[in-house]
Amino acid sequence: MTVLAGGTDLMVELNFGRRRPEHIVAIDRVGELAGIERNGHVRMGAGVTYTRMLADAGSQALAEAARTIGSPQIRNAGTIGGNLGTASPAGDTLPVLAALEATVVLRSKAGERRVPFADYMTGPKKSVRRADELIVAAEWDEAGPAQTYMFVSTRNAMAISIAGLAMVVDRARKRVGIGLGSCGPTIIRPADAEGFARGLFDEAGWERPHRPSESAAKELGRLVAAAARPIDDVRGTAAYRRHALAVMGARALSRVAQIA
Amino acid sequence: MPPTIDRRGAALRGPSAVDVALEVNGERVVVHVPPRRTLLDALREQLGLTGTKKVCDEGTCGACTVLVDGRPVYSCLTLAIACENRRVETIEGLAKDGELHPVQRAFVDTDAFQCGFCTPGQVMSIVALLRTVPQPTEDDVKRAVAGNLCRCGAYPNIVAAGVSAGRRKRT
Ligand SMILES: Cc1cc2nc3c(=O)[nH]c(=O)nc-3n(C[C@H](O)[C@H](O)[C@H](O)COP(=O)(O)OP(=O)(O)OC[C@H]3O[C@@H](n4cnc5c(N)ncnc54)[C@H](O)[C@@H]3O)c2cc1C
Ligand code: FES
Ligand code: FES
Repeated sequence: MTVLAGGTDLMVELNFGRRRPEHIVAIDRVGELAGIERNGHVRMGAGVTYTRMLADAGSQALAEAARTIGSPQIRNAGTIGGNLGTASPAGDTLPVLAALEATVVLRSKAGERRVPFADYMTGPKKSVRRADELIVAAEWDEAGPAQTYMFVSTRNAMAISIAGLAMVVDRARKRVGIGLGSCGPTIIRPADAEGFARGLFDEAGWERPHRPSESAAKELGRLVAAAARPIDDVRGTAAYRRHALAVMGARALSRVAQIA
Repeated sequence: MPPTIDRRGAALRGPSAVDVALEVNGERVVVHVPPRRTLLDALREQLGLTGTKKVCDEGTCGACTVLVDGRPVYSCLTLAIACENRRVETIEGLAKDGELHPVQRAFVDTDAFQCGFCTPGQVMSIVALLRTVPQPTEDDVKRAVAGNLCRCGAYPNIVAAGVSAGRRKRT
C-alpha cells in the first residue's frame, strides 16, 4: 500500500517509472487529516498543505518554511505528511519540527505510536515508519513568536535547499531548539550551539528581547557549522554549506533574540 | 461496473480503466482512464484539450498548470481520478463568446510571450491570483508565476501583463 497525499514527490516517481505500486491510497480528501488544532499544544494533521500553513501554521518558523517551499502549485498540493513521508534531509519543514521537538503520530491497524522527531528520521529518505503505518499528525507545544527558518539555495522559488536552519527560542519554557537541514544524512540538532544560546538567554533574561553582541552571534554560527556533517554534491560543497550555516546561525540568533 | 465501496466509504478502483466523472470548464464529462492516468494526460489525450502543455512531467516547469477547485496545480502531478467531482479549469475555458479573458488580452497587449509554450500555464497562474488579489503588484505577480518557467525569457512582459490585467474590467 502506497499513500498518495499531494503527489508532489510520489507522482514524480510514478511518472518516471521509478515506483510502480500495486495499490495507491489517496488521502487528500480525508477530513480528519486536514485539521489544525491548537490550545497551547498544536496538532497539525498530516494532510495540511503548505498553502494552509501560510494562514495558520501554529509556528512562526513553520510558516516561514512553508512560504519558501516550491511555488503556489507545489504549496497547494504538498503536505507536511508528505514531507515527513519522503524524509529527505532537504525537506524544509523537518528542521523546524526538530527545533520544535515535535512528535510524529503514526497509526496502523495495530494502534497508534508517538515518535519524537529526533527518533523519526534514520537516514536520507529513511524513517522508523513501518510500511503499514500512516502518518496522521505532527504535534508540538506552542513556543511563542521567537522563532525563524532560513535557508540558502540557488533561487528563492522551486529550488532544493542547500542548507537550512530553524531556530526556536521558547521563552516561557527556557528552551532553545536548533535544527539543520541538508547538512547530514538526517536533520541535525547542534547541542553545543543550543547550550551556548541558552547561556546567552540565561544572562540576558529569558522574558525580554535583547540584542546579542556580534561576537556572541558569530560564536553561535561557529558552533552550528561545527555540528554539521555536510557533503559535497551537485547543489553545493561541504565547505560552502559550513560557511552558509555559520552565517545563518549568527543571523538567526540576532533575529530571534530581538523578538519578545 | 460501480466502484467497490469498503465499509468506511473508500472506493477501490482499477487496475483496468475506469469511468471518471470530471467537471472541466463548467461541463460534466466522463473519461475512461486507468487510475494511474494523470489529469494532464486525461485532458490532452482523452478530452483533446491540448492547450495545457506537457514539458517536464515532474512538476518543475509549470506548463501544465490548471486550476482545480480554483487553485493552480500541476496537472502532471495530479491523478485524473483524484479530481472526480472537482472543478477543473483549463486555458480553453477562459475565452467567452469569442472574447478573450482579460488576462489573455493583457498578454497580447503587453507582448507577454514569444514561442507561447509556457503561456497557458502562466495565464492560469495569473487568473487564479486575480481572483484573490484583484489589483496585484509586480511582486504579487512574480510570486504567482514563480512556478512557471519561460525558456524564452518573457518574464518582464509576463509580469507587466499580470499587473495590467488587474486594472482591466471583464467586459
Ligand atoms: C517542483 C518541486 C519543488 C519542491 N520544492 C520543495 C521545497 O522547496 N521544499 C521541500 O521541502 N520540498 C519540496 N518539494 C518536495 C515535496 O513538494 C514535499 O516533500 C512535499 O511535502 C511532499 O508532500 P506531498 O503531500 O506532495 O507528498 P506525496 O508526494 O503525496 O508523498 C510523498 C511520500 O510520502 C508518503 N506519504 C505522504 N503522506 C503520507 C502519510 N500521511 N502517511 C504515510 N506516508 C505518507 C508517500 O507515500 C510518498 O512516499 C518540491 C517538489 C517539487 C516537484
Ligand atoms: S509538465 Fe507539469 S510542471 Fe512541467
Ligand atoms: S514564451 Fe516561450 S517559453 Fe515562455
